[in-house]
Amino acid sequence: MTPTIVLPLMVGGLYAAGVYLLLDRSLTRVLLGFVLLGNATNLLLLSTGGPAGLAPILGYSDPDEINDPLPQVLILTAIVITFGVSAFVLAIIHRSWRLVREEVVGTDEEDRRVAARRATDADELDPDELAPDDRIAGHADSLPRNAEELADDVDLPAGSARR
Amino acid sequence: MIEALAPLPVLLPLLGAAGALLASGHPVFQRLLSTAVLTAVLGVSVALLLVADAEGATAVSVGGWPVPLGIVLVVDRLSALMLVVASTVALGVLVFAIGQGAADGQEETPLSIFHPTFLVLVAGVGNAFLAGDLFNLYVGFEILLMASYVLLTLGGTAARIRGGITYIVVSLTSSLVFLAAIGLVYAATGTVNMAQLAVRLDELPAGVQVLLQSMLLIAFGIKAAVFPLSAWLPDSYPTAPAPVTAVFAGLLTKVGVYAIIRTQTLLFPDGALDDLLMWAALATMVVGILGAVAQSDLRRMLSFTLVSHIGYMVFGIALGTAAGLAGAVFYVAHHIAIQTTLFLVAGLVERQGGTTSVNRLGGLARRSPLLAVLFFVPAMNLAGIPPLSGFIGKLGLLQAGVAEGSALAFALVGGGVVTSLLTLLAVARVWTRAFWRPPGQAPAEDTAAAAAADATARRRPDGDDGAGSTADEPRTALQEAWRRHTAVATAAEPDLPPPAGAVRALRPLPRTMVGATAALVALTVALTGLAGPLYGLTSRAAADLLDRTPYTTSVFGTEEVP
Repeated sequence: MTPTIVLPLMVGGLYAAGVYLLLDRSLTRVLLGFVLLGNATNLLLLSTGGPAGLAPILGYSDPDEINDPLPQVLILTAIVITFGVSAFVLAIIHRSWRLVREEVVGTDEEDRRVAARRATDADELDPDELAPDDRIAGHADSLPRNAEELADDVDLPAGSARR
Repeated sequence: MIEALAPLPVLLPLLGAAGALLASGHPVFQRLLSTAVLTAVLGVSVALLLVADAEGATAVSVGGWPVPLGIVLVVDRLSALMLVVASTVALGVLVFAIGQGAADGQEETPLSIFHPTFLVLVAGVGNAFLAGDLFNLYVGFEILLMASYVLLTLGGTAARIRGGITYIVVSLTSSLVFLAAIGLVYAATGTVNMAQLAVRLDELPAGVQVLLQSMLLIAFGIKAAVFPLSAWLPDSYPTAPAPVTAVFAGLLTKVGVYAIIRTQTLLFPDGALDDLLMWAALATMVVGILGAVAQSDLRRMLSFTLVSHIGYMVFGIALGTAAGLAGAVFYVAHHIAIQTTLFLVAGLVERQGGTTSVNRLGGLARRSPLLAVLFFVPAMNLAGIPPLSGFIGKLGLLQAGVAEGSALAFALVGGGVVTSLLTLLAVARVWTRAFWRPPGQAPAEDTAAAAAADATARRRPDGDDGAGSTADEPRTALQEAWRRHTAVATAAEPDLPPPAGAVRALRPLPRTMVGATAALVALTVALTGLAGPLYGLTSRAAADLLDRTPYTTSVFGTEEVP
């Protein structure tokens, strides 16, 4: 059997394209690059089994003519691992996208500050003269509780102002 | 007996992970289960170490397949010692995490996911240590990496996703390089069994050997964070929850170091790339520690010292002598314990002080003397102050370097001493600022308010320094009140690391967390007391590694390797 030139060319091309995509800033392209690199590596493993041969099934083909089954086993394992990792990276990409551009309208930072300012501007009082419960965070001892009250007032994400 | 015990460090955590996942609705049962599993793994590992030290290396064929066909697990002195140290710190970190979870609730560290993933991580580490063929080593790496991806991005906050992506892409690349290297090794030799490779690789042309060796070294060098492949580590580790960073710092890089030790001694004993490794070790030590000195954040500083001290181990491996390897193995054991402990202490500091920035911390020694002791002892150990184990490990490596006697080895000895001194400088700065200076001299007495104000300052590009403004700028009480008011409102953002701690700055530290940290500090001190027997053990392990026949004989049962 003659050695094939197709596999090395495929492996080289996939590696080149994969590395190019891996260097991109966009995460989706990074993932595509990883998938290409994974496939290139699998083909590389396949080509380590030597020249092509018959399917390695006992009783079906002559043991002298079969292909080396071990690289195929390794590829199978590698495919499973690559698949799992790809799924995880996809989830991370989704999460990252959610964090950067939330489709649900979140709390407006600036609006929250304006709301807080109006509350204080309305009554120009010395915090010391107010009843403890009305004080803003003017005193260190009122800090932790105030954070909680604030969380109720300005509708912060749940659980972010614990204790 | 060893045939029955050897697979347990992999099997028990995997089964435990399944159980913990099923029990995710019952937190108490889940905690008991994972603690019991890790305790059992520790017991098994100790038994394996005792047997391996008494009887030498043993190989176990998994599933009863004959040797070159099936997968073998090899227990020798090196892998058993690594198992013992790894399972000890894993148990300590687990108890710490349970304490933290009990105190914090589920938002920041969702424990129902944490327990199964942590156990899978331990299984992967165990599999990597025991693997007797290259592909099984790869599978072990993938198991632990997969678990580490989940742990690093736990909770899915913006900072963790950002740091996690760096880590994941770098790890994926290293895994692909490793897999391609396995393919090439198989093409060249027709086997992936390491004992068989030890013989067959010797027969290859020198050029092919160097190619395979450098591919494996690149793959493991990324995982072990050897300069210039180390830039990812300080970027991704500090964002994770404290127990996760601790176990990563202790175990993951050391698995890479273990793989380098194994391949360098068993597969490529010629030392063709030893000079290159020497230069890499020197650069890792010096560049890493210069980075550490420049940091003002405790966790980032510790991440850089982690990179830097990997250089010591690579130095010992590159020497290739029995003394060098013994020192390297000792240093790995010491460093797993010490680095994990320090990251756990950093977690405690963050709880107590509300931040890990040494510029804003102050007076911790007075406020919490116990925490001060817990930081001081391992910090001095890391810097290598006699008589602690860090000093013994460094001394052993430097002696091995002097004994080797080449100019490059002497350069590394000098680099090692400088690194040790700079480590002392870095930890001493943390000590004087965060612990020793009186609280009044810290930029702000009220750490909680300062941290919150700083969070506001960071939000505004033109924001003035939060600490200064609380002290001396002329403001009306009302302005001041509003400032703090908004500061607290912003501080409640879940994405900013310090404020979450800032709000709970004045709470006492949970006993379980302090207890776990104290136990690990005691372990690092015990390593000093037990340094004599331990060094004897690592010397015997190094002799085995250089001899190579104990390993191959254990796998094939005879001196002859097919």
